[in-house]
Amino acid sequence: MTRYFACEYWYTLAAFFHWTPPLRYHPFWEEPLTAMKSLWVPALILGGFISAVVMRLLRSTMLEVLRQDYVRTARAKGLNERSVVLKHALRNALTPVITLGALELGTLLSGAVLTEQVFTIPGFGKLIVDSVFNRDYAVVQGVVLVTATAYVMLSLFADLAYFAVNPRLRG
Amino acid sequence: MAAVLSAPALATATTPASPGRRALRKLLQRKPAVIGLVIVFTFIALALFAPWIAPHDPLATSWGAIRKGPSVAHWFGTDEIGRDVLSRVVFGTRASLLAGVVSVSISLLLGVPIGLIAGFVGGVADGFISRLTDAFLACPFLILAIALAAFLGPSLSNAMIAIGISATPIFVRLTRAQVINVKVEDYVEAARALGNPPWRIAVRHVLPNVTAPLIVQATLAIAAAVIAEASLSFLGLGQQPPEPSWGSMLNTAKNYVDQAPWMAVWPGLAIFALVLAFNLVGDGLRDALDPRQR
Repeated sequence: MTRYFACEYWYTLAAFFHWTPPLRYHPFWEEPLTAMKSLWVPALILGGFISAVVMRLLRSTMLEVLRQDYVRTARAKGLNERSVVLKHALRNALTPVITLGALELGTLLSGAVLTEQVFTIPGFGKLIVDSVFNRDYAVVQGVVLVTATAYVMLSLFADLAYFAVNPRLRG
Repeated sequence: MAAVLSAPALATATTPASPGRRALRKLLQRKPAVIGLVIVFTFIALALFAPWIAPHDPLATSWGAIRKGPSVAHWFGTDEIGRDVLSRVVFGTRASLLAGVVSVSISLLLGVPIGLIAGFVGGVADGFISRLTDAFLACPFLILAIALAAFLGPSLSNAMIAIGISATPIFVRLTRAQVINVKVEDYVEAARALGNPPWRIAVRHVLPNVTAPLIVQATLAIAAAVIAEASLSFLGLGQQPPEPSWGSMLNTAKNYVDQAPWMAVWPGLAIFALVLAFNLVGDGLRDALDPRQR
């Protein structure tokens, strides 16, 4: 939904300010500066999509963490609110966000299909769509297999990261 | 005296509200959910009465009104071959709502029985179904939908089947998890002790007690399916031209963003509003059906 909202935002910019984002892809290794200029808009759209999910999860986790005994203890010790929230609560609330972040990278793989199409970025999304229209089913199968494998690997890394940041799970 | 006597009589006569009615009352107490419901019902009305609401034929072209801005004759402007954008947005509601409802129905029809079998039977069947579900879930939703739509062929009905199949694993996993929790309850044990056959226990005693989270998930899945249909139509794998669809309208509009931004603004806003509405209703239902909030 955020993707569509972002698209609406750019369409509004185009309508009122007669400005459109750069829609041509430039390879990063050949023209790094131009590539950054053309990539920041799709990056903002995809990042905006994930930021809403992360914000929602972090909000609910923070509400839960702020009720914990160690937060009360930190306040009882006389720490200021900023220190309690940032050092004691936020660090503990970030654990599920790491997991979500890794899993959302998988969602990005599918979310990027439309964005790549609009901004003509030669990524997996554009490859699968082009292969579909060229009836190149072997490439479609290959892309599905590679994205599925990447998704599984990201889930594995998420689990490992969860163990790394949460000492209670190490036993 | 009569008033004093009638009070306890009234109290005993008042029957407790059914869970469904109680959930509906709670849902209607939440302002965002009510706003969502109003928007959803507005879109349903638009889809049902589109021929009477749309001011023009959505397929009628007019070479004298190519890419005209919003005006009295065309409130939302016209597209690249002079078709009325408002009429196309109104008729496009049909494709989006149909895709949302039909694909989620397919997911429910496939996912709930499979999840019920996996959770209730357990053992080898559960292991096999769970691994298959994991394999499906390993593939990103839209990539799987694109691949299925490609193999089935580009059309709205095939897009709905593709989205339905892609969303099925979520319902399998959710049903299985709920059934595993419910099947150890005392009332299921009592039903077994009464001599009910397993299929009857599963269908009559377990299934009704796992529906609440499924309703919530189904509402949220409709929102995801609307986006997926718009995405597939955008890519040319959903509704085929010249039939109106919000996704295909956006696809055409992206070539004329500089000259005719209204071609993109209205279908984009329609997708945004419908998806937001279903998400608001889904969140409201989640709170209303949450047993911890009773």
